[in-house]
Amino acid sequence: MLPFRELRRRPSRFVVATVVLSFLATLLLFLGGLLDGLYLGSTGAIRSQDADVIVFSSGSRDSFLRSRIAGDLRQQVESADGVDEVGGIGFVLLGAQVPGESELADVAVAGYEIPPKGVPAPPADGEGVADSSLRDRGVSTGDTILVGPAETPVTIIGFVDDTSYLQQASVWVNLPTWRVVQNANRPDAAVADDIVQALVVRGTGDLANSIDAATDGGTNTLTIDEAVLALPGVQQQGDTFDQIIYSTLVVVLAVVGLFFSLLTIERIGLYGVLKAIGASTARLFAGVVLQAVIVATISFVIGSLLALLAAAMLPDGVPLTLIPSRFVFTFVGLLVAAVLGSAISLRRVTRVDPASAIGTAS
Amino acid sequence: MTVLDMRDVRKVYRSGDADIVALDHATLHVDHGEIVALLGPSGSGKTTLLSIAGGLLTPTEGTVEVGGHDISDYSAKQLTEFRRENVGFVFQSVNLVPFLNAEENLLVVDELGGGRGGRTAKGRARQLLDELGLGHRLRNLPAQLSGGERQRVAIGRALFNNPKLVLFDEPTSALDTKLGAQVMELIRSEMKARDTAAVIVTHDSRMTEYADRTVRIVDGRLAADGATPDTAAAAKA
Ligand SMILES: Nc1ncnc2c1ncn2[C@@H]1O[C@H](COP(=O)(O)OP(=O)(O)OP(=O)(O)O)[C@@H](O)[C@H]1O
Ligand SMILES: [Mg+2]
Repeated sequence: MLPFRELRRRPSRFVVATVVLSFLATLLLFLGGLLDGLYLGSTGAIRSQDADVIVFSSGSRDSFLRSRIAGDLRQQVESADGVDEVGGIGFVLLGAQVPGESELADVAVAGYEIPPKGVPAPPADGEGVADSSLRDRGVSTGDTILVGPAETPVTIIGFVDDTSYLQQASVWVNLPTWRVVQNANRPDAAVADDIVQALVVRGTGDLANSIDAATDGGTNTLTIDEAVLALPGVQQQGDTFDQIIYSTLVVVLAVVGLFFSLLTIERIGLYGVLKAIGASTARLFAGVVLQAVIVATISFVIGSLLALLAAAMLPDGVPLTLIPSRFVFTFVGLLVAAVLGSAISLRRVTRVDPASAIGTAS
Repeated sequence: MTVLDMRDVRKVYRSGDADIVALDHATLHVDHGEIVALLGPSGSGKTTLLSIAGGLLTPTEGTVEVGGHDISDYSAKQLTEFRRENVGFVFQSVNLVPFLNAEENLLVVDELGGGRGGRTAKGRARQLLDELGLGHRLRNLPAQLSGGERQRVAIGRALFNNPKLVLFDEPTSALDTKLGAQVMELIRSEMKARDTAAVIVTHDSRMTEYADRTVRIVDGRLAADGATPDTAAAAKA
C-alpha cells in the first residue's frame, strides 16, 4: 500500500526518472529494431532454407560469392553417409529496372533446386518468385523486371515473405536462369553449366562431418544457423548492436540506482519512524524495488508507444523492424536493470536505525 | 500486574574513545493502566530509558520485561516484531507519513501487521480518530493538519494495535502551553479509558499533574521508584 500510495499521491517525484527511462526504453527498442531489421533483411534467404546443412567449397571462407561447386564434387557429396537430398544454390546481387519505376530495385537473383520454406518448386526458365519486399518497389505479379546492366528479363509469377538476402529482395529462379543472369551481368565470374555456388543438403546423422570426409576436405559444411552467421556482416552487426544495447541497459541500471538512492536518502527519517513502529528492513526494501519495477513498467509502455510512433514515421529505406520478441527482451531487460539498480539502496535501508526516530533530533 | 519491569538497567554509549553512561542501575516498574511521568533535565537519559523500554535500543546490562516478554536479549528482528505488536510510540517531532491522510496513517500499523486495511481496520481507525476529535479530518494529509491535530493522529497510531504500553517522548514540546495541556488531557483520558499504561517523558514539571506518578531522572539515575514528585526540586529542569 505505502509504495503504491506514494506513487499515486506524489507522482511528481517520479516524473524525471520515468521520462529518462522512457527515452532509454525507446532507444533500446530502436536499436533492437534496427538490429532485428538488419538481421532479418540479411538472412531471410538462408533462414528459410528447408534443409539441414549448406556445403561450401573449401577455401571459400563460407562465402557464396567465392564458393564454387562443380559436378564431380557434387557427386561426392551425394554419395556421403546420411545424405538424402542435394540441391544446388547460387546468388547474384544486381539492380533491376521495374516497369513504370524510375529507380532501380536491388535484387538478389537466387537459383535453387530444393525449395526454401514458402517458395514453390523452381519455376520455368525466365520466371521468378520474388520476395514480398519487391512489392514496395512497385513490382506486381506478371511484371517483367530487367536485371543488371545486361537487362536480363525475369517475369515475376508470385511473391514469398521473409526471404531477403543481404538487404536485397530475392528473386527465386531455376538454376539455368540464375546462370543466364550471372553470366550476362558478371562475365568476369561466369559459371559453367554444372557449377553452383553451394549445395543445400537434407539428410540424417552427423551430416557435416560425413560430407566433409567424403569430399576429402574439398568442402566445408555448415549447419543452417552457422551459415546464417557466416553471411557477411551478420555476426559483426549482432555483436556491435548487442554491445550498445547492453551498455544502454547498464545506463538504465545506473539511472534507477542513482534515482532510488536519492529517494532513499530523502526517506531516511520516514524509514526510521516506520522501523520504530515495526516495519522490517525487508518490507521497506521491497517497497523500493516495487516502485522501481512500476516505474520501469510505465517507462516501457511509454517507450514502446514512442518507438512504434517513430517507426511509423520513418522513411521506407530504414531497416527498422519491431518484432514482439524484441519488446519482451526490452521489458525483461528493463525489469532486471530496475531490480539490480534499486538493490543498490538495500544497504542504506538496512542501516536506518529505528532508534533514530525517537529523541530530541527533529 | 506489571506491564513494564526494568531492572538494574545500564546503558553505555560508546562514542569514539569516551564511554557515556546514559543510564545507571535504572529500575522501573509500571503497572497495568498506570500513567508514569518521567521528569528530568536535558541529557539526563530520558529518551534512552524510553528507547530501551520500547525495544528501540538494547540495554548494556540489566533486564527488561514488557507484558511478560523478556526483551533484554532479543535480536533486532525479534525487536521489530515486538514493537509492532506490543508497544505504541508517540515521538516528539512530527513523524506521520506525509503522503498518507489521517486515516491511512493509522492503517499503516494494520499493514505492517500483515493486514490489508479491510473494513474492520478502517472502522477501528475511524473510531479512534473520532474519539481523538478528528472525525472530520480523516481525509486530510498531515500538511493540512495543525501541530496538535498531527500529534493526535500520532496518538491514534500508537493506540491502533491496543498495546498494553504506550511510550511518549515529549509529546507536547512542539505545542504551545494551552494546546500541550489539551493534548495531555486527551492522552490521560484515552489511556484511562483503555486501561493502557503509559510512560510520558517530559522536562516540564507542569505536565506531571496528568500522571499517576512521577519518576525523576538525573544523570542516568532514577529517584526512588514511586516517590511522590517534589515539584520544587524539579522546577529547575
Ligand atoms: N547515540 C548516542 N551516542 C552517544 N551518546 C548518546 C547517544 N544518545 C544519547 N547520548 C548521550 O546520552 C545521554 C542521555 O541522552 P538522552 O537522549 O537519553 O537524554 P534526554 O534526557 O532524552 O535529553 P533531552 O531532554 O535533551 O531529550 C546524553 O549525555 C547524550 O549525549
Ligand atoms: Mg530526549
